[in-house]
Amino acid sequence: MSEDKNRYGQTTGHVWDETLAELTNPPPKWWMLGLHASWILVVLYTLYYPSWPLVSSHFKGFAGWTAIGEFKKDMKEVQDVRAKYEDKLPGMTAAAILADNELKNYVVRSAKVLFGDNCAACHASGGAGNPGFPALVDDDWLYGGKIENIEQTITMGRKGMMPKMGGAQLTDAEIDKLANAIVNGTVTKEPLFAAKGCIGCHGPDGKGMAALGSANLTDKIWRFKAKDQLASVKTTIKHGVNDPSDPKTRNAEMPSWKGRLTDTQIKKLAVYVHELGGGQ
Amino acid sequence: MSESGTSIQEQKVKYSDDIYEEAANWHVNTGDEKIYPKKAAGKWRKLKWFTHSVWLILFLGPFLRWHGQQAVLFDIPNRQFHIFGLTILPQDVWMLALVLLFFAMLLAAVTSIAGRVYCGFFCFQTAWTDLFIWLEDKIEGVPAKRRKLDAGPWTSEKIRKKALKYAIWLLIAVLTGISFVSWFTDARQLWHDIFTGQASSTAYGVIALFTAGTLVLAGKLREQACFWLCPYARIQGVMYDKETILPTYDYHRGEPRGRLKKGNLVEGNGDCIDCKQCIAVCPTGIDIRMGQQEGCITCSLCMDACDAVMDKIGRPRGLIRYASMDEMDGKKQLPLFKRPRVLIYLSILTLAVSGIIYGITHLGAIEVKVLHGRSPLFVQRSDGTIQNKYDVKILNKTANDIPVKITAEGIDGMLAKGTEDTVIAKKGNTGSYIVFINAPAENIKSERTPIIFKIVNQDDPTQTSSYESMFFAPK
Repeated sequence: MSEDKNRYGQTTGHVWDETLAELTNPPPKWWMLGLHASWILVVLYTLYYPSWPLVSSHFKGFAGWTAIGEFKKDMKEVQDVRAKYEDKLPGMTAAAILADNELKNYVVRSAKVLFGDNCAACHASGGAGNPGFPALVDDDWLYGGKIENIEQTITMGRKGMMPKMGGAQLTDAEIDKLANAIVNGTVTKEPLFAAKGCIGCHGPDGKGMAALGSANLTDKIWRFKAKDQLASVKTTIKHGVNDPSDPKTRNAEMPSWKGRLTDTQIKKLAVYVHELGGGQ
Repeated sequence: MSESGTSIQEQKVKYSDDIYEEAANWHVNTGDEKIYPKKAAGKWRKLKWFTHSVWLILFLGPFLRWHGQQAVLFDIPNRQFHIFGLTILPQDVWMLALVLLFFAMLLAAVTSIAGRVYCGFFCFQTAWTDLFIWLEDKIEGVPAKRRKLDAGPWTSEKIRKKALKYAIWLLIAVLTGISFVSWFTDARQLWHDIFTGQASSTAYGVIALFTAGTLVLAGKLREQACFWLCPYARIQGVMYDKETILPTYDYHRGEPRGRLKKGNLVEGNGDCIDCKQCIAVCPTGIDIRMGQQEGCITCSLCMDACDAVMDKIGRPRGLIRYASMDEMDGKKQLPLFKRPRVLIYLSILTLAVSGIIYGITHLGAIEVKVLHGRSPLFVQRSDGTIQNKYDVKILNKTANDIPVKITAEGIDGMLAKGTEDTVIAKKGNTGSYIVFINAPAENIKSERTPIIFKIVNQDDPTQTSSYESMFFAPK
């Protein structure tokens, strides 16, 4: 056993099974260099960056670095790039922005986020609309498709009213007749249309009136689109839209965004919606 | 039956003995032994300085100008490569693959014909090491003096010599680093920025890495890099065949070797006088007389050394010369065009070159890509037409802002809104333009109809590009 000890060199005194020994050989030099370099790095790191907890706060680090500071710096870089456009927007009308090609392109690209945050929940991310919520990509507008109309719609909100026509005004048979004519696009030829006073809001030509927000009944676009369009039209005629006297009435309200969005944000959204494909 | 069995057994034993015998005398230098190569002189040395000088391009290239701009600039932050007025963008990167294929095949073809020509004559490791050893020889003297100096105590003379040597090495190393970085940024501005402390931390970092790398690789590791670090050294070794010409010791002529007696060859001895000059000049410290081996970078300096000795003792040159194994075995050398490997390498080389030439001549100046708008795929309009939205992306690779006309066709009676006016495509940029297409429902034959978008540079109508997209319609 003593021979074995000599062969292994100095042991720590821990020797098992006669030959299994823990030696006192030093680690290689490169390894020790690595070890010392590591702890020195740790010390420098904790001096440079925020690190040690203190009683009420923490050591801030000599570099003054903070995560939120870095975030703000990055944000400022983005804002600096956008500033040359953003600075112009508050002093311009939505129509003027639309007329300026470069600004319009900037708004169309950048307002996508605003639209996604505020509008997409009802109107879908691409503006295609959802059941009960109108599409913004087509060229049919209840309240007009000019940039000013759109801006006003966003600012003030819209809540159109169509009284319920079921019960006292129209029998179910009459509603059937009218609904079929509307779905076939021949409503103006249906005598009931004029006789029952529909023309008062929808106009003698059936194309609706932007001032009232009444729907165009002659085109292929439906405010309350459904798989069974005939049934949908019947429901609308029978119960009306936003008629407080009928609990089954259709709910159709666009809220006002004034106060929730800044004027500039509303202008941007108006331009964005106008450029979705149907602006006039 | 049993007789032949025994003989196979005997052969096996002999074979294994042979292996150990061969390896017993095989000296492998794993860096424990420093090589002090002697300065060689002769035609190969001259040729090598000449071929090494291709690396001057590294130092001088970034200062070339072309039409008032840096001729070659690999502008990584802006994702553009400029090569003599040619702009190469990331989408053209397939050409880089062909360039790499070209050089890989060139390496294979040359190696198959004449061995590690790249290692010996062109490799930066050899070039920088040769330069560093040349300086070492100038400052510290011939190998014997260098050995003595290294072994001796730190006298003031040793300190002076070592300091001078390392100072010059450091200068070369720093220059190497700066020159490398110069290819990736404005070279003149870089020199200015480096010395005013305004260069980017990336630039300083890369220069530091290259400085350290140059000093370690050319000053310290040297042949060890070729032995143990470099993959090409090993790959090329297996590309040899019996027809490959390599620096070869002609053992038919040289053996039996023996020292001169009274200045004359001993009767019956070969031409090799065992002067060991071939070993003395070898930068990797091998003995070429032991045959081809992994340590040989085919630098040819042993041929210079041996030829000089042959001249002195009045024997013909070429005891060590470029020769193939076939030649040593007395076989006839196959001509190049009859060697299948050479032919295959050359045909791949030709393909790669044709691809690169095609790519460079067909680098379109403008390019169009079209993204079809989703959500919704199509819009029903009040007049019964169907509308699709497209994002037309136009890439302008030319050096000017150009007016571009967009056209689209595919469905009868369709209307493309957004293509009425020419658009301005900014130079070196991708511009995005929204186009709406309205098509009458009665002319739409299927759910999906191909639409061809085409763009034309109004300043130069030969520059066009087109892209096929789809028009979606309800069932």
